[in-house]
Amino acid sequence: MSHGPRIVRLDQLVIRPGSGWARLPLIAGAIGVVFTAVSFVLAMGSEESAKQFFHSWLVAVIFFLGIGLGCLFFVLIHHAAKAGWGVVVRRLAENLACAVPLLAVLFVPIAAFGMYDLFHWTHADAVAHDRLLQGKEPWLNEAGFWLRTVVYFGVWTAMALFFRNTSRRQDASGDEALSRRMARFSPPAIALFALTLTFAGFDWLMSLEPHWYSTMFGVYFFAGCIVSAFAALTVLTLALDFSGYLRGVVTGEHLHDLGKLLFAFTVFWAYIAFSQFFLIWYANIPEETGWFLSRLHGTPADPANWRAGTMLLAIGHFAVPFFFLMPRTIKRNRRLLLLGALWMLAIHLWDIYWLVMPNLHNEITFSLLDVTSLLGVGGLFVALVGWLLGRGALLPTRDPRLVESLAFENI
Amino acid sequence: MSLMHLEVPEASGGYSHYGVLARFKTAKALYRACEAVRDAGYSKWDALTPFPVHGLEKAMGLKPSKLPFLVLATGLTGAGLGFGLQSWVHIMAYPLVISGKPLMTWPAFVPVTFELGVLGAALGAVLGMFAFNKLPTYHHPLFRSETFARVTDDGLFIAIESWDPKYDDQGTAEFLSGLGAVEVEHVPIEDPVDDEGGGA
Repeated sequence: MSHGPRIVRLDQLVIRPGSGWARLPLIAGAIGVVFTAVSFVLAMGSEESAKQFFHSWLVAVIFFLGIGLGCLFFVLIHHAAKAGWGVVVRRLAENLACAVPLLAVLFVPIAAFGMYDLFHWTHADAVAHDRLLQGKEPWLNEAGFWLRTVVYFGVWTAMALFFRNTSRRQDASGDEALSRRMARFSPPAIALFALTLTFAGFDWLMSLEPHWYSTMFGVYFFAGCIVSAFAALTVLTLALDFSGYLRGVVTGEHLHDLGKLLFAFTVFWAYIAFSQFFLIWYANIPEETGWFLSRLHGTPADPANWRAGTMLLAIGHFAVPFFFLMPRTIKRNRRLLLLGALWMLAIHLWDIYWLVMPNLHNEITFSLLDVTSLLGVGGLFVALVGWLLGRGALLPTRDPRLVESLAFENI
Repeated sequence: MSLMHLEVPEASGGYSHYGVLARFKTAKALYRACEAVRDAGYSKWDALTPFPVHGLEKAMGLKPSKLPFLVLATGLTGAGLGFGLQSWVHIMAYPLVISGKPLMTWPAFVPVTFELGVLGAALGAVLGMFAFNKLPTYHHPLFRSETFARVTDDGLFIAIESWDPKYDDQGTAEFLSGLGAVEVEHVPIEDPVDDEGGGA
């Protein structure tokens, strides 16, 4: 009832020239380029550092790709459900999703030079003595890997660009048919998204340990992507809010809902993560348990090593945020919600690290390349998203459900 | 919004009426009236509407519900009971070695713990909601008002109870009229003594 006509000043909806946000692409881009170059140089050091580079680079690329893909999923679901509440933050998600093509480019070093260092199944001599790997060869071969990688990125890029461009065309024309068009395309896109994301998780992360398989791995990867996407969307929304944008547009009601989704998918992640562990632990079949053994039992020298990392995940990715994000007051408090979202981003990064790194190190071993890769990929990611933000309004200005979204209130 | 108070003191308490009932025509008028009643300092009153009016709890100055805390408590109790029962059965009451695992294998207890946590939370939510809303309530003094039947159709009401410290038979009725009520009436606290079938 408190909503009558609401007046929003135009400078709330576009990045102001000369502001920090307008300079962001340049600054972040410079950081990204410098640290990408530093990472490449460090990688040249030795065979060991090349191996380290590819693993660190994979962690960084998957982390930021997960944010983009999760946001793409948010946009798809939004259109499929013809949702009203989130129209005010949908453009931000569209922009984050459009970082996917950049990550396709950043994936090139892995696909071109990193295969041998990352993936045991590319070692022809090992496959020759390994019945299991021979059996998996129809799927796990380099040509197939490259082809599928191109398909994954192609599909995601096409989706991300389609939904952002169509939405921007509506900014210009106000044509409601465009909304119907996006709603019609989104259900098949969701199905395609589910398949590509699942198989990408199999190819890029699960096949790091090619003897192991888990049919649940795709869902696990998906859950992590969505958690990080809602965390990133919340951080971006709040960062804009703190610097004076979207005031009176994105209200506590929208933030409350973003917080609810972040909470819900944190629980979903835990549910999936435990289910995956539980079935393998209970059945106790050697070909399935190896992957968890290396993450639960550490090394003979330090048996608690990766186990501590796994415990950190259980506590930091579930127990703590479960109780922290539960109260309504925290989800409606901008600073505390920001804290929760930043924490989820950080711990999700640890999740990806935990998926990839036991492939390289028997013990948790941090490297300078972990940091430079993250800053390199992250800088370029932020630069692209910042540039996209400045290329138009911060929300779909003529979406037919925008009024509904502006007036949205939780009961 | 729709919480029905049933704090009807003993009829012998000297109250002549249950209170004053006022009908408003639009949700907007009701909203404004609620703000005024809240600001006037009334504490024993309620707004009754056929549909949810967004933000009315703010206009009424209602405090957030205590239900979430009850749900958390019953949920944790359910989870604790589930975990405790399994631990007790497997370690003390009927120890059995299953697939070579130790007696205390907590991961195996998680599904039942989780389900009982959900069950406890759900029961707490439903039963707590009933309790806080004082349901089931089979009768309410407001049902004696004929206009009040419109609360399931198009009537939006404010009822101020006569045991509110600020209540005054005449003054409160005039106050509500002044807020734009289209109808104001006093609702009796008891059924009339010689009830001759109500004529209907």
